[in-house]
Amino acid sequence: MSNGDDVKTLIIDDQEVSARRGQTILEVARENGINIPTLCHLEGLSSVGACRLCLVEIKGSNKLLPACIATVFESMEVSTDTERLRKHRRTILELLFAERNHICSVCVSNGHCELQTLAQEQGLTHIRLPYRNPNLPVDASHERFTVDHNRCILCTRCVRVCAEIEGAHVWDVMGRGINCMVITDLHEEWGSSTCTRCGKCVQVCPTGALFDKGKIGSEHPKYPDFLPYLNLMREAR
Amino acid sequence: MSALTSPPLPSDDKRWKIVNGTMRKNGYARHALIETLHTVQSSFGYLDDDAIRFVARSLRVPLSQAYGVATFYHYFSLKPPGKHTVTVCAGTACYIKGADKLIAAAEKRLGIQQGQTTSDGQVSLMTARCVGACSRAPVLLCDGEVSGEMSREQMIEQLERWTVE
Amino acid sequence: MNIEELEQIAEGVRQENAQYDYEVNVCMDLACASQGADKLREALVQAAEASGKKVLIRRTGCMGPCSHGPLIRVDHADTLYRKVNAGHAESIVNSLGGEPVPELQCDLNEHFGSQVRVVLENAGYIDPEKIEDYIARDGYKALLTVLTEMTPAGVVHRITESKLRGRGGAGYPTGLKWGTVAKASGDMKYVVCNGDEGDPGAFMDRSVMEGDPHRVIEGMAIAGYAVGAKKGFIYVRAEYPVAVSRLTTALREARRRGLLGNDICGTPFSFDIEIRLGAGAFVCGEETALIASIEGKRGTPKPRPPYPAVSGLWSKPTLINNVETFANIAPIIRNGGKWFANMGSERSKGTKVFALTGRISNTGLIEVPLGIKLRKIIEVIGGGVPGGHTFKAVQTGGPSGGCIPAEMLDIGVSYDALMAAGSIMGSGGMIVMDDTSCMVNVARFFIEFCMTESCGKCIPCRAGTAQMYTLLTRICNGTATMDDLELLENLCSTVKEASLCGLGQTAPNPVLSTLKYFRNEYIEHIVNKRCPAGVCSMETPVEVLA
Repeated sequence: MSNGDDVKTLIIDDQEVSARRGQTILEVARENGINIPTLCHLEGLSSVGACRLCLVEIKGSNKLLPACIATVFESMEVSTDTERLRKHRRTILELLFAERNHICSVCVSNGHCELQTLAQEQGLTHIRLPYRNPNLPVDASHERFTVDHNRCILCTRCVRVCAEIEGAHVWDVMGRGINCMVITDLHEEWGSSTCTRCGKCVQVCPTGALFDKGKIGSEHPKYPDFLPYLNLMREAR
Repeated sequence: MSALTSPPLPSDDKRWKIVNGTMRKNGYARHALIETLHTVQSSFGYLDDDAIRFVARSLRVPLSQAYGVATFYHYFSLKPPGKHTVTVCAGTACYIKGADKLIAAAEKRLGIQQGQTTSDGQVSLMTARCVGACSRAPVLLCDGEVSGEMSREQMIEQLERWTVE
Repeated sequence: MNIEELEQIAEGVRQENAQYDYEVNVCMDLACASQGADKLREALVQAAEASGKKVLIRRTGCMGPCSHGPLIRVDHADTLYRKVNAGHAESIVNSLGGEPVPELQCDLNEHFGSQVRVVLENAGYIDPEKIEDYIARDGYKALLTVLTEMTPAGVVHRITESKLRGRGGAGYPTGLKWGTVAKASGDMKYVVCNGDEGDPGAFMDRSVMEGDPHRVIEGMAIAGYAVGAKKGFIYVRAEYPVAVSRLTTALREARRRGLLGNDICGTPFSFDIEIRLGAGAFVCGEETALIASIEGKRGTPKPRPPYPAVSGLWSKPTLINNVETFANIAPIIRNGGKWFANMGSERSKGTKVFALTGRISNTGLIEVPLGIKLRKIIEVIGGGVPGGHTFKAVQTGGPSGGCIPAEMLDIGVSYDALMAAGSIMGSGGMIVMDDTSCMVNVARFFIEFCMTESCGKCIPCRAGTAQMYTLLTRICNGTATMDDLELLENLCSTVKEASLCGLGQTAPNPVLSTLKYFRNEYIEHIVNKRCPAGVCSMETPVEVLA
């Protein structure tokens, strides 16, 4: 092969695929119609590898790697759907459901929630872990949007879209460990913060944590797909 | 775009000049955030919103990022400390030798939880993640002074002395 | 500065010391200092003046057996006195030149007999604030040798030859790491010393930084030369103010002597070091989190690769080693890689400093050749469990490690053997537990630690450790069921395999190792609602959510 250095061939779930050097396993899998579950990852934003749902097995290594970050190498053999991975994915989803307060039937995102969809895809039928039900605030001070921390899964998509795309960096994470929380400015009310009201954070939020006050329930699909196009248009300019 | 200028000092308190000095020494680089917060804490005893806002603006760090850093590190306190601070070491060696009982006794005597300050502002009760004096466990720091092999009675005695002041 | 000038300084110190008839070294390390070592020193000075004897009274770093403190070492005969207070000053000074004071003498021959001091070779013999004291004990000779006689590749080779492995815990081969950074392309590289000793129950690095700071600086400068870095950072816990001040003094002295700065010792090599303060986050001991912290950010780890050796501080190639690793460098350069590789076991070479604490007679710092039997450390060096109690387990590796039971005391202490036993070498904390310790409670203590120290970035560690804490609390309360135990084991597996960084990946170790060796204690709590060690109170079971 003339450009052998730049093109890699590898195997994902017994399927032979080709990839460009530097591509992530996730990119290559999706190009070839192989589904790897993701939650914190969003095309158009930097990857942080935090939700651990996209972990995959690499033949010859006992370590699990996040597909959203790990890049391909020649002749690698990737398994994306083993029993070991399925078990971890279900446990991670259970941990998320039990961490705060996810009651789908009363959530604005019911039917459009990525966490809910993933739970169904992964065959999660019940939560064995004790629900933690922390007493977290709801901030409705913003004229257009609301943040309900009880439904936040700390994927940090809002933080990244605000910093990387909007350039405002109004959102960030405070505290640490189980006490982490997304905040605006100095943990001030969203309504009086330096927010530019662009609404991107609401669109990229995978759950009902950030929502548009004007819409409720089934009227609340989100459209995070705008990001790759936005990036493309900016690059073209 | 107009050149960014440093914000004015929050007050004419001389300690702000020390804080400014740390930032100047580091060329107002963003990576000086933690160093500067250390200076604020050692000068004022804690970090309040005004201080974090001033440092964040001076270093051009987004407010939420600065707040995120200030709350990530447990060494930084967002509340003013009491007149006296008793810190119980909760490292493994101290735990094995009964530090948890010391903490419980101090909480009971002072009527506060660890990390809090008595309502009269006299005493703050803190815990530390190992001060490195493990061989003298259990260890107590009274206003920074290390005392080893602490009994509950000795600790209560010290607390009594402070609370009657 | 060249070798001859270095030798002149050393000679100067020797001549100065020769003016005195006697030497008394007073340990000023935390444990001794907290028992009045300062007053003792003053009393010794006064007593010496009153007696008219010429006595050099020196403040030194940790001498080792802290439980016997305050300690002093007298004269060239190396007599160690224990439990000394200011009241003894006069009789000590009077005894100089005669018979030692009997009631202060200690029989620690067995304690010291099994030890080999490399990292701690100067501890207790030099004043850490005097660069001359360090130079008089061959200090900075290795740096000058390296700069004038060796190529960077030669230095990497010597370190590789020594088979030194990282002393921070994971045991990555140091030479390999240096070689990788040396080969990484880039005009700017960094050397970082990890002094964020966060393991509760470990204080080796504190003692080295406080007692022999120049040793760390010399090691870093040699590393800088070997990998092609001009700039170094020492990341120290803010909880160690004395270490910070000693290092600050040492850096200033080293610059003054031209051992740091531009064109060191007339060679084209320039290197300087800055101190960065930690701020109370155990996770910052993880390389990528430490880098984020030096950059002024939240100390959250990043997935590796890329490794810091390729893309680290400000995305530049960065060498990160632990304090004790750097402290081993100068002796390896001076004595050769083979000398070092001759000590230790097959795959774990050299010596290791441990902080021996808990339910044991001789607590303090020890340095032993790797491969030594755990039993020897506990029973001979440590002097066994006091008070008629029986040994139950020794915890190594801090929150990332595990508990090793009595029946496994005959394993040799090496990276691999400890790993096989379900623990890790870790940075060097060894906490001894006896029959008064409840192993479930100990596991809960460590999980509580990991829960509060978790950065919160990845879900398995953030929520997993909190759930494990809840389940362990139920067990300690007597409210758990066998289903809870199964759930706990299931969580251990996910947290271990799915967490992003080392903190999460190793957080279940204390639970897994106690489950492996002390499962019956768990069962007792759950089935019979009884704590065998009598530690857990089962009276008021309250559901606790972390």
